Amino acid sequence: MEHLEQFRQDTREWLEANCPEDMRQPMRSDEDQCWGGRNWVFTSEGQKLWLERMADKGWTAPRWPSEYGGGGLSGEEAKILGEEMSRIGARRPLSSFGLDMLGPALLLYATEEQKQQYIPNIINGKIRWCQGYSEPNAGSDLASLRTKAEDMGDHYLINGSKVWTSYADKADWIFCLVRTNFDCPKHEGISFLLFDMASEGVSTKPIKLISGTSPFCETFFDNVKVPTGQLVGTLNKGWEIAKYLLTHERTMIGGFGLAGGGMKGMGQMAAAKRGTRDGRLRDASLRTEASSFEIDEMAFGLTIERITDETKAGQGTGASSSILKMYGTELNKLRQELYMAIGSTDALNFDTDSKGALVRNWLRSKANSIEGGTTEVQLNIIAKRILGLPA
Amino acid sequence: MILSEEQQLLKDSAKLLLSENAPISALRAMRDAGEDHMPGLWSKMSEAGWPGIVIPDAYSGLEFGYVGAGVVLEEMGRTLALSPFLSSAVVAATLINQLGSEQQKEKYLPGIASGDLTAVLAADETGYFDLSSIEAKATASGDDFVLSGNKRGVIDGHNADLLLIVTDGDEGPSVFMVESGASGVSCETRLIIDSQRAADITLNSVTVSGDALLGSIGGASDAIEFTIDVAAACSAAEMLGISIETFERTVGYLKEREQFGSKIGTFQGLQHRAAQLFAEIEVSKSAVLAALQALDANSEKRSVLASMAKAKCSKVVRNATEEGVQMHGGIGMTDEFDIGFFMKRAAVCRQAYGDYHFHADRFASLRGY
Repeated sequence: MEHLEQFRQDTREWLEANCPEDMRQPMRSDEDQCWGGRNWVFTSEGQKLWLERMADKGWTAPRWPSEYGGGGLSGEEAKILGEEMSRIGARRPLSSFGLDMLGPALLLYATEEQKQQYIPNIINGKIRWCQGYSEPNAGSDLASLRTKAEDMGDHYLINGSKVWTSYADKADWIFCLVRTNFDCPKHEGISFLLFDMASEGVSTKPIKLISGTSPFCETFFDNVKVPTGQLVGTLNKGWEIAKYLLTHERTMIGGFGLAGGGMKGMGQMAAAKRGTRDGRLRDASLRTEASSFEIDEMAFGLTIERITDETKAGQGTGASSSILKMYGTELNKLRQELYMAIGSTDALNFDTDSKGALVRNWLRSKANSIEGGTTEVQLNIIAKRILGLPA
Repeated sequence: MILSEEQQLLKDSAKLLLSENAPISALRAMRDAGEDHMPGLWSKMSEAGWPGIVIPDAYSGLEFGYVGAGVVLEEMGRTLALSPFLSSAVVAATLINQLGSEQQKEKYLPGIASGDLTAVLAADETGYFDLSSIEAKATASGDDFVLSGNKRGVIDGHNADLLLIVTDGDEGPSVFMVESGASGVSCETRLIIDSQRAADITLNSVTVSGDALLGSIGGASDAIEFTIDVAAACSAAEMLGISIETFERTVGYLKEREQFGSKIGTFQGLQHRAAQLFAEIEVSKSAVLAALQALDANSEKRSVLASMAKAKCSKVVRNATEEGVQMHGGIGMTDEFDIGFFMKRAAVCRQAYGDYHFHADRFASLRGY
């Protein structure tokens, strides 16, 4: 206990001294996130310093082992770091699929050499990763993927295409599911490869979404050569890694269901816009919806806390990521609907400047219950893996 | 947010005691015999010390806290055990402990803790827990008080020893302890849907001595608010137990029942609804635990969390019991089958100590809109 109090004190002092002022302001939009990578242009000196300082302590990945540059913190310490960061409104220094998805899988499945090679560059934000999972004919039925990797002795030859690759056009490397055996049940012929997006034969094409933005790409592989040393885990056993990684992706996306730090509650926001009568939000129907939403939002936030604590105590259930993903994304869609209702006709602005952010976020949120496994796929997983309902 | 080892042990022993002494068949037998309580159960619970769970050690309680009370209530919800645990040992004991003088606590709390004495809160007069519309009055008469008023729908009121009567006046609400046999107290008992009894209590110029006043005249507001928080969070815990049990029985049925040549649990239409409900129950678990922990910590978020938990669990238990009946199909509608008992108890719990609308409204007000 004494140790933890000391840790809190030291952390608080360090954050006070090292978190730049502009990194303590709430993010105005997705543009304010720092993704790192070879081609990243920092939006401010503060953003650059904040990433460097946090990465230097390993605190971009607080719980990862220090031998690979991680923070090496215990669960309790990491929780304190999180609390102290939110106390001063500190932004996350690095948004990264390497941190949220690939890293945990590498720590579990990669060789020592691979860990040494890839993990430090995830932590310091030098390499930006993208995820090569979905294909034009392999969406919800991901395991039916057909991007082919032929064993050529010292390298694999990759041909095929991916779709819905988030930020493929901005990423440096890809973690990619490929088919290495076509003559077996679909789950048993998949392998997990890592390769450089600058390799010859890789090309990307952004997909314009209904929101007008293009966070996803089509990604094409035309005779791409990948050294065999870049296979993670065992050949044809990639599905196991893919599934493990998906649990991290779901938990990350489920986190969208949480209330944004520093944001006003839904009801207060509505009251500020529509006015109050006798201290109550004037529009009774909106008040009802806002309270129902806030009750779910609060209970969901507590559920993330509880599941985190249970996992720490070794009581977690593996499929809980499906619950969080399903619930969190449905909640976020409802949140965006209510923001639109509160925003009223002003919310319809579609300008490219920040005025259009509301409507773009609303449209963007519709993908939440599709990406990372649809709501319906999560319900299938809960029904079969947790409830044990028959196939 | 996990149970301590002691809390988990308490939960396990509650499960055992209740499954042995209060299975659904006991409730059915009680109902069929036209009885108004489960014979023998309260003495078993008293032997285990449960009536003293929230009462401080100084007054012969276990001082185990509200998380402890909540885990017992969750297990009670699973077997639909009927007892004055929530009304007397949790709600009434809390109010006496909050407001009472040293002497009053010494006089009443050990009796409640041992299970020998039962007390109930008689506050509501509207039927929808509107405590701002209390008309019961206390008039000072020398050192005594004369009480008059009507209290509605007091569960366990028909056989409680002590009534905690809330009155209102210019100074604010006050609470008086009135013995149920006192002259001028009359009680009309109604059978309610889950085979319990609700009492409509009339006080017709009931004279009580000055030491029947808990706290000061008009000084009960904060204690009543705290007691509402306790009642809401603990009632939510009971509803959580009902939801979990109903759900487990329903999923069990989906795995057994065959139609169209397959187990009905293979149908995606049912699978998705079951999965959805499971997620809602997981979320309500967190709501309940957080609300109970906030009571034990007397955190400033206590009231928000309590109303959140009561509102959330009311919604979820409604959903769980509706789906329970629906997914059982025709047999779910029969009296012979047990699933209907859960729907009936849930209906009572949903109304007790403020329903969904009461708590969603309170939540919104507490959150500043």
